[in-house]
Amino acid sequence: MTGDEACAEGALAAGCRFFGGYPITPATEIAEHMSERLPEVGGTFIQMEDEIAAIASVLGAAWAGQKSMTATSGPGFSLMMENIGLAACTETPCVVVNVQRAGPSTGLPTMGAQADMMQARWGSHGDYEIIALAPSSAQEIFYQTITAFNLSERYRTPVFIMTDEIIGHMSEKVVIPAADQIRTEERPKPQGRKDRFLLYKPGPNGVAPMPAAGEGYNVHVTGLTHDEKGYPVMSIEAQEQMMTRIKTKILNNLDDIVITEAHELEDAEIVIVSYGISARTSMAAMQQARAMGLKVGFLRLITVWPFAERQIRELAQRVKAFVTVEINLGQIHLEVTRAAAGQATCHLVGHHGGAIISPDKVIAAIKEVV
Amino acid sequence: MEFWRVPFDAQTIQVSQGVVHIIEDRCKGCGYCIEFCPRHILAFSSRFNKKGYHPPEVLQPEGCVNCHYCEIICPEFAIYSVEVPQPPGG
Amino acid sequence: MSQAVARHEASAAAVPDHPLEDLIRSDRIPHIWCPGCGIGTAFAATLSAMKGCGLDLATLCMVSGIGCSGRAAGYVKLDSFHTTHGRAIPFATGLKLGNPKLNVVVFSGDGDLFAIGGNHFIHAARRNIPLTVICLNNLNYGMTGGQAAATTPYLARTTTTPAGNHEAPFNLPLLAWASGASFVARWTILHIRELTECIQKAFLKNGFSFIEVLGPCPINYGRRNKEKPLQTLKLYQEQTIIRNHADPSDLEIDFKKKVVLGEFVDKERSTCIENYDKTCRLM
Repeated sequence: MTGDEACAEGALAAGCRFFGGYPITPATEIAEHMSERLPEVGGTFIQMEDEIAAIASVLGAAWAGQKSMTATSGPGFSLMMENIGLAACTETPCVVVNVQRAGPSTGLPTMGAQADMMQARWGSHGDYEIIALAPSSAQEIFYQTITAFNLSERYRTPVFIMTDEIIGHMSEKVVIPAADQIRTEERPKPQGRKDRFLLYKPGPNGVAPMPAAGEGYNVHVTGLTHDEKGYPVMSIEAQEQMMTRIKTKILNNLDDIVITEAHELEDAEIVIVSYGISARTSMAAMQQARAMGLKVGFLRLITVWPFAERQIRELAQRVKAFVTVEINLGQIHLEVTRAAAGQATCHLVGHHGGAIISPDKVIAAIKEVV
Repeated sequence: MEFWRVPFDAQTIQVSQGVVHIIEDRCKGCGYCIEFCPRHILAFSSRFNKKGYHPPEVLQPEGCVNCHYCEIICPEFAIYSVEVPQPPGG
Repeated sequence: MSQAVARHEASAAAVPDHPLEDLIRSDRIPHIWCPGCGIGTAFAATLSAMKGCGLDLATLCMVSGIGCSGRAAGYVKLDSFHTTHGRAIPFATGLKLGNPKLNVVVFSGDGDLFAIGGNHFIHAARRNIPLTVICLNNLNYGMTGGQAAATTPYLARTTTTPAGNHEAPFNLPLLAWASGASFVARWTILHIRELTECIQKAFLKNGFSFIEVLGPCPINYGRRNKEKPLQTLKLYQEQTIIRNHADPSDLEIDFKKKVVLGEFVDKERSTCIENYDKTCRLM
């Protein structure tokens, strides 16, 4: 099964029952698969008139009580940004898959890249926190899509899956476990008196319970700065309170959200940092470097946003250098450099886009650092 | 009620009567209720409300036939009429 | 003191609530709309229709976009969504498809629905998504200070057409008809009883229904085009003609001639949801 299909199956396993899509290479197969499978499980697929409509319909369906998603690539991701901001502001759970291709603009539609990473973090205007995961294989995209839905429901936030054309179109063995082996989460539901309900009053983990339309809570949902009731309030205080809530619900739960995978870091002098398809390059490079007797470790970012800042900072105290491997010209590299804060040197093995980075290039970079 | 030509059943038709209520502080003084009251019983008052507008006042309360037009044209939810129960046969 | 006056004063002691009090977020009233603005009246007509249509109020939702009319969602005490500019219809589409039991009303302005959101409108009509779209057409962008819209009449003055609008406006009912809407009507805020009845009908219509409501924007449009609010309402009174089932191509808005009001389209066509169930849910 291809990565795109595995993503769609992961979504269905997570309980996704609405997909609002728009065709775009190399994400189209997710929509195609969902169009076939969703009606079978009682869900709804709609192909909207553009990506803006697609994400807007996803938000609407989320407020109707559904787990909902869309999938796109760079140009569509750009179009979705305004409504992703609405989702962040209104704390609407949803999952957006970006099967990245080389840009800018139309770029190389059929060839992979990882150059939308900063757009994923800062693409919509204003300050907000976002969660973005980066799968490295078809099997992993299946599981990460489930994780993405769970995080999105748990934190009432949009979650991105930042995959790429290579994983999306690559056929690999994918094991789909039995339904009872899959842990899915539902958004916290409000309890108590409906007339006193406050739409944005945080619960114990900083996240407010969320009712669906039609449940009698008479919610008001707005992208204007709002108070806990959800009413627009045009004041600096309300802005501060809202911003604090949407940031802290993520930032206070970093240990739960930020997932990394450590490989041979114990004695490492040089640490490769990578994610997504480039993690496979990096893994090969690390193994080859170890075979050469070089003390190289590998930190794989499964969660790319929020950034694994603490992990990098701690490693920077004891390692000599970081080598970031990514198919762009240095986006996560900038974050690694920032988090390392001069304690270790930071190097980039980047790519203009369109192909996988070969492990040789990583080895060459490591040798230079040594 | 004045008629240009009195309908044959004018005697048997009971004209309903209403009481106009005004939530003065909601009013923004557009004057639509005054202009379009079919019985012309409303006028701007000389009072100011909280927002500094002159809300309407009822000049001839007995003239209200509870047609609700002031209520439905008011953009501010500031005026409405309520039917006065008629004594039987009256 | 006459009997009527006595009754008037007696009942003033125990004042009943405004008949729509239970449907408005009264803690947010007065609303932001300017004196004489038509949105409040069209909004009140929508609420009256909600009350009168017999649908379970808990299933009714309002979705708005951005702009003056877009603020409507913030004043209705129902599940209500104030979304992004132009995107009320696709948001509402997701809401409806996500839970087809909901009755979804889109209340927004002409700029929101027909310029930035024009594409969504024609596609929702084409799909025949069961939504009621109410467009308060005030012929300009009010919220931002009176710029030209896709509905601004030829030669009308706005802040971005200081010498007069050189573009032609949309004929909205024609656009809705051509896109496949099941129900299309136009009223003004002076024709409130017809409008309210029409909105009720639209709520109960199984399909995409569209109602254009002409309403004055006295501050930003009226002022620049020498129309006081009451003069605009006089135009609505004197320069309109009700012609149900009129040819949609005869519905241009030109108050120098008669502007046609009425219900223009009311047809049966299976909805997007019915067709999806029939075509895709083959078990």
